[in-house]
Amino acid sequence: MGVEPGRVHFSWISSAESTKFVDVVKKVTEAVRAVGPNEKYVKKELKVA
Amino acid sequence: MQAYTEKMREIARRLLKECRVETVIGFRKGSMPMMNEPCLVKSIDDVDQLVWDGNCGINLANYLTNRTDKIAVFAKGCDSRNIVTHIIENKIKREQLVIIGVPCKGMIDKRRIRSMAPGEITEVVEDGENVRVRGADFEKSFPRKDMLQSNCAVCIHRNPVIYDELVADLVPEQQNVDRYEDVRAIEAMSPDERWQFFEDLLAPCIRCYACRNACPLCYCPTCFVDESAPQWVGKSQNPVDVRTFHFLRAYHCAGRCTDCGSCERACPMGINMRMFTKKLEKEALDQWGWEAGLSLDQRPPLDWYRPDDPQDFIK
Ligand code: SF4
Ligand code: SF4
Ligand code: SF4
Repeated sequence: MGVEPGRVHFSWISSAESTKFVDVVKKVTEAVRAVGPNEKYVKKELKVA
Repeated sequence: MQAYTEKMREIARRLLKECRVETVIGFRKGSMPMMNEPCLVKSIDDVDQLVWDGNCGINLANYLTNRTDKIAVFAKGCDSRNIVTHIIENKIKREQLVIIGVPCKGMIDKRRIRSMAPGEITEVVEDGENVRVRGADFEKSFPRKDMLQSNCAVCIHRNPVIYDELVADLVPEQQNVDRYEDVRAIEAMSPDERWQFFEDLLAPCIRCYACRNACPLCYCPTCFVDESAPQWVGKSQNPVDVRTFHFLRAYHCAGRCTDCGSCERACPMGINMRMFTKKLEKEALDQWGWEAGLSLDQRPPLDWYRPDDPQDFIK
C-alpha cells in the first residue's frame, strides 16, 4: 500500500540467540535510517487558526 | 432468469412443506431497481417473494453465521465458497444446510448502469443477453456481458462448489481470464505512487462499515474497529485511521476472501476496497496455490504450518 521496502522486517530469533538479535536490530536500524522518517503514516495535527 | 426464480420457489416450497428446513435464505425485490435484498423465508405463504436476477450480488453466506436452525440457502459460486469457509471455520454445520446451487451468470454493476442512464431509473429488466433500463422519459438497452460487476467479469468459479441440488444446469466457466491485471498495475507503481493511489481510493470513505457488514468473513463478536479498550485504530476520518481500518480488515480476510464483491457492492461511496483483498488473494495463490473455499477437506493456509512454506521474507 505504499510503505517503502526496507521499513518492514521479519525475523525468527530464539531467546538464546542474543547475538543474532543484536545483528538484526543493527541491520533494521540501518535500513530504516536509510529510508528516512516515515512522514506518510503519521496523523497530522489539525491546524487551529 | 425467470426460470431460475420459478425453480427456486418450487424448491423452497417443497423443502418447507416437507419440513426439511425451517428457513430459506434467498432474495426478494428491493424497493428500488437493482437493489434486491436478502430475505429469510419461513413460511410457504412467503415463498413467492423469492426472486433471482443479476442484482443478487450480496453474499448470502453472511446470513448463516452461528445460526442454529435448519436452513436452505441459495448459493452462487462465490456464496458456495464462503459457505465452505464458514463450515471450515465452525460458523455453521454442514448438516444444518440444504445448499441450493445457483449456476451464476454474473451480477450486473448497478453503479455502471446508473452512470450510463440519462436520468433516474425506474425499471431494469434482463432479457437474455441484454439489460433493458427504463426511466420516465428514456429506454436503453445494454449488452449484459459489458455490464457485469468487475469481480464477476473475472470470476472463474461461477458454478457452486458444493450443493445438494441445483436450480439449473451448470454454466460454462470463463476461460483464459486474467484475474489480476489491476493488482499487477498497482504492484508496478513506486511506493509513493502506490501510497497516493490508496490515498485517492479511500478519500471518499465515510467509515460506515457497510463493506465489513456485508462480508461473510467479518463475523468477530467485537470487530477491532469497535473495540475501545484497547483502541486499535482511531475512529476518525483522518486518512491514517481510514487506511488502517482498510488494510487491517483486508488482512483479516487473507486466504479467505472469495472476491464475491459484496463489500464493494454495499459501499455507499462506490469505493473499490477489493483492491486490498484482491492483492492478498493473489498472494495466497502465488505462495500456496490457494483459492479460498474450494474444498471442505483442506485447511486454509493461515491456520496450517508446512515445512515447505515460503519464508524468504524472514531474515
Ligand atoms: S463472483 Fe462469480 S459466482 Fe459470484 S456473483 Fe460474480 S460471477 Fe457469480
Ligand atoms: S472481502 Fe469482500 S469480496 Fe472478499 S469475501 Fe468479503 S465481501 Fe466478499
Ligand atoms: S462501505 Fe465504503 S464508505 Fe463505508 S466504510 Fe466501507 S469503504 Fe468506507
